[in-house]
Amino acid sequence: MADIGEGGGGGGHKKGPGVKKGKKLSTRVDLTPMVDLGFLLITFFIFTTTMSTPTAMKLYLPKDTEKPEEQNKAKESGALTLMLAKDRNVFYYEGILKDDGSNFKSTNFKELRNVILDKKQRTDAKDLVIVIKPNKDCKFRDVVDALDEMTINDVKRFALVDISEAEQKLVEISQGTGGQ
Amino acid sequence: MGRAKIPRKSTWVDMTAFCDVAFLLLSFFILTTKFKPPEAIAVTTPNSVSSKTAEDKDQVLFTISPEGKVFLSLSEENRRQEIVSDLNSRLNLQLTPDDIKKAARAEFFATPLSQLKAYLNLPSDQRKGETLAGIPCVDSTNNEVTEWVNSAVTVFFGGKMNLMVKGDQNVPYPVFKLVIDAFKKNDQMKFQVITNQAGIPEGTPLFEKQRAGEKLSD
Repeated sequence: MADIGEGGGGGGHKKGPGVKKGKKLSTRVDLTPMVDLGFLLITFFIFTTTMSTPTAMKLYLPKDTEKPEEQNKAKESGALTLMLAKDRNVFYYEGILKDDGSNFKSTNFKELRNVILDKKQRTDAKDLVIVIKPNKDCKFRDVVDALDEMTINDVKRFALVDISEAEQKLVEISQGTGGQ
Repeated sequence: MGRAKIPRKSTWVDMTAFCDVAFLLLSFFILTTKFKPPEAIAVTTPNSVSSKTAEDKDQVLFTISPEGKVFLSLSEENRRQEIVSDLNSRLNLQLTPDDIKKAARAEFFATPLSQLKAYLNLPSDQRKGETLAGIPCVDSTNNEVTEWVNSAVTVFFGGKMNLMVKGDQNVPYPVFKLVIDAFKKNDQMKFQVITNQAGIPEGTPLFEKQRAGEKLSD
């Protein structure tokens, strides 16, 4: 019955006078609001779905070895040692730490990139080795940031090494005196 | 001369088809959305430029909470059972076969090995949150992560194992180091660190490399 026009079937008999014509109600429903609602829900679900899927950073560790002939050698001129300390401070030195600590410098994560790029420019690509030494006060985030900095600056050789007694002391002294 | 009568057309548009499409899309999106796997504990991971998505199969994931508690979660139920039964036979934990069966439903493990039996018998709604002790990982002599990794290596032998570490950004470094040490002790030199993706800063070598169209190595 829904959509058949009233005028259909021209030759039909006419209703006699006095017979009330029942008003025809259309069964056609306007679906526009329903469509609106549908798309509204779609947008809602799309926006509330977390877009960020966790990513994984691959890390390959070298095997710990006691034998010196199996250990990787680094040229002194190409080495850069970064020490990660409390409150996102970074201390670094190039080559070997001098006894008087004169080549012991401090920086932070913002300037670390310049330090690395500067070192990279001055050394032969195959000699460059960056040694990352996190001390016991630094956070996981600092370590990941430092490793990430290696990827960002395209450093091929880097190592994660434990900090030595002497370096730990030096870091503590520098932080204690408010070097930063 | 009668003018040609232009039939008046209705402006009514049938919305049914449109409505169908809208709800079809809606149901598609709802059904394809994957629910977040239950997490041992909420952690905020640090950012990195790595763009490789983490694998979700064959996971052996160590989560480190901000307080430094270590949780282990495994993606496959049968692996959970196998690992627990391997630990049981190796360290003689005196678990019954029934206990081991219950391990399949443990979404994560966060207890000292000595209390594993009691832990497996806990109802799962009590097995959440920060009340759990975590896997002991205090120093190199008391590091039960080593035992878990050892069993995982045995169970996954011959197959692919995705060893992962997911740490809160404020985890103190020594805890992370102990977990890595446990991997190293079991000769697991390759693992993944779960991070949030961040954009590559402009002007850096990696950025130039990417712009040059070079494939980024992972």
